[in-house]
Amino acid sequence: MNLPSVRVRRPWRLAAEASALLIAVVVAFPLYWMVLSAFKPAGEIESSRPRPWTAAPTLDSFRRVFGQQEFGRYFLNSLLVAGTVVIASALIAFLAATAVTRFRFRFRTTLLIMFLVAQMVPVEALTIPLFFLMRDFGQLNTLGSLILPHIAFSLPFAIWMLRGFVKAVPEALEEAAYIDGASRSRFLWQILFPLVFPGLVATSVFSFISTWNDFLFAKSFIISDTSQSTLPMALLVFYKPDDPDWGGVMAASTVMTIPVLVFFVLVQRRLVSGLGGAVKD
Amino acid sequence: MTGSPTGPRSVRGSSGTPWLYLAPALVVLGGLLVYPVYQLGLISFLEYTQAQVSGGEPTSFKGFGNYAELFGDGEFWRVLLATVVFAAACVVSTLAVGCALAVLLTRVRALPRLALMLAGLGAWATPAVTGSTVWLLLFDPDFGPVNRMLGLGDHSWTYGRYSAFLLVLLEVVWCSFPFVMVTVYAGIRAVPAEVLEAAALDGASQWRIWRSVLAPMLRPILVVVTIQSVIWDFKVFTQIYVMTNGGGIAGQNLVLNVYAYQKAFASSQYSLGSAIGVVMLLILLAVTLVYLRLLRRQGEEL
Repeated sequence: MNLPSVRVRRPWRLAAEASALLIAVVVAFPLYWMVLSAFKPAGEIESSRPRPWTAAPTLDSFRRVFGQQEFGRYFLNSLLVAGTVVIASALIAFLAATAVTRFRFRFRTTLLIMFLVAQMVPVEALTIPLFFLMRDFGQLNTLGSLILPHIAFSLPFAIWMLRGFVKAVPEALEEAAYIDGASRSRFLWQILFPLVFPGLVATSVFSFISTWNDFLFAKSFIISDTSQSTLPMALLVFYKPDDPDWGGVMAASTVMTIPVLVFFVLVQRRLVSGLGGAVKD
Repeated sequence: MTGSPTGPRSVRGSSGTPWLYLAPALVVLGGLLVYPVYQLGLISFLEYTQAQVSGGEPTSFKGFGNYAELFGDGEFWRVLLATVVFAAACVVSTLAVGCALAVLLTRVRALPRLALMLAGLGAWATPAVTGSTVWLLLFDPDFGPVNRMLGLGDHSWTYGRYSAFLLVLLEVVWCSFPFVMVTVYAGIRAVPAEVLEAAALDGASQWRIWRSVLAPMLRPILVVVTIQSVIWDFKVFTQIYVMTNGGGIAGQNLVLNVYAYQKAFASSQYSLGSAIGVVMLLILLAVTLVYLRLLRRQGEEL
């Protein structure tokens, strides 16, 4: 605790802690309601007197979700797409970040500015040309049409963020490695890579989330072959604006949210320090 | 920016090595980012509708025709205004909530801090589609707990233009404030305690400490989170699309992104959709230039 917390008078601190807990409850409430509704029997969800608990939890909604077409397949598709994007973009970004931080060459600053500008490109606006690109290369209705653009859109931010981590590795280490006779690629993969790994984890959170959540590309590029669909599309099968199957939507939402939550919990600590490191630099 | 050497000069290896490392990134970005941007610009100058896509009619050059049509359409200006106001409201609310809670986090002991942190991470981790449907259920006129708690009866939040925007704004703030909170909190933790103690000893009020000590020290972080928020909130798509069912009744809740999508994929006016995309691109480019200037003024070296 860095702040002079001693100076905060007791009643004030208690008030602050009470409000922190209250806010935590409010912020967590939508997630609680999602899980709760997923376990409620149909009659209790569609009741005009919603209760914040359920006396008769049931797995009906989950059964409906997994009984629908090929929900398990969509889940695997989503995992496959997000996993490939995370790994590929982390590796490519690591190499690129190394190039721009540990070498001096012409156009280096220009490139860095380009990476920054590339972050601002509204991905959604590119749906139209990407649609034609995927069509011309026969990639429509394939998972590749989701993987490739997401790698491209994750890269600029990942490179930008990894820069700080690569920079933080002392140059002396690199020189020592060479003096000891290590080759460039040996230094790169066996020394630099493990040291930068926490940064890679923090970065991959962003690429994982944006890919896992993607809704627009899936909606636009996977148009006829539903076996290539991903979770967001499957979820919306239950959500018909006029007559939504709330139980199904909430069960599907729960299934879709859990992997991200697990991922977050796993990387939580590194994320906070990673963000701190990235912005300080 | 000055190009003063920070990294080691590449003592060994030819000058080609960095380009070798950059090659995969440049290939991917060139093919899937730069080329599509070029295509986007190109399509916006063509006549490109369903007839051209299916090959029934040849594509013809229209010059600024699409832009003239767009700028002559009152709906475009209405959507543009809505986008700017909505994004601004989202950014301001997100930053205010995020910063306030970051300060609150520094005032409490470990347990409440952990509770708020975990709740925030949960909201942050929630996929946009999921978040949107959950918030719709919470505010559902028939089965939602919010109307019940507030005693609003069967008031429909998505029916009115402003209440629908407000609902989307609440969801956007809910899922994006944690990024600001966590980042600013990490920044405050990095401020040396002595500085704050000195200010407190000098009799500075909490507000004064925040304004005169913390805010200037946190400026680089605040710039980053502000710009990120501007970019994200200007491009909100999923929430609007799902929560207002594709842009609201008679398109009352359209924002540029959804508008471009509807033009292109719902009514097959690909060139008009592309022109809207170009307009968005230019606006965000302007934001980027401001960002670069701010970075430069802070003397950050790229």
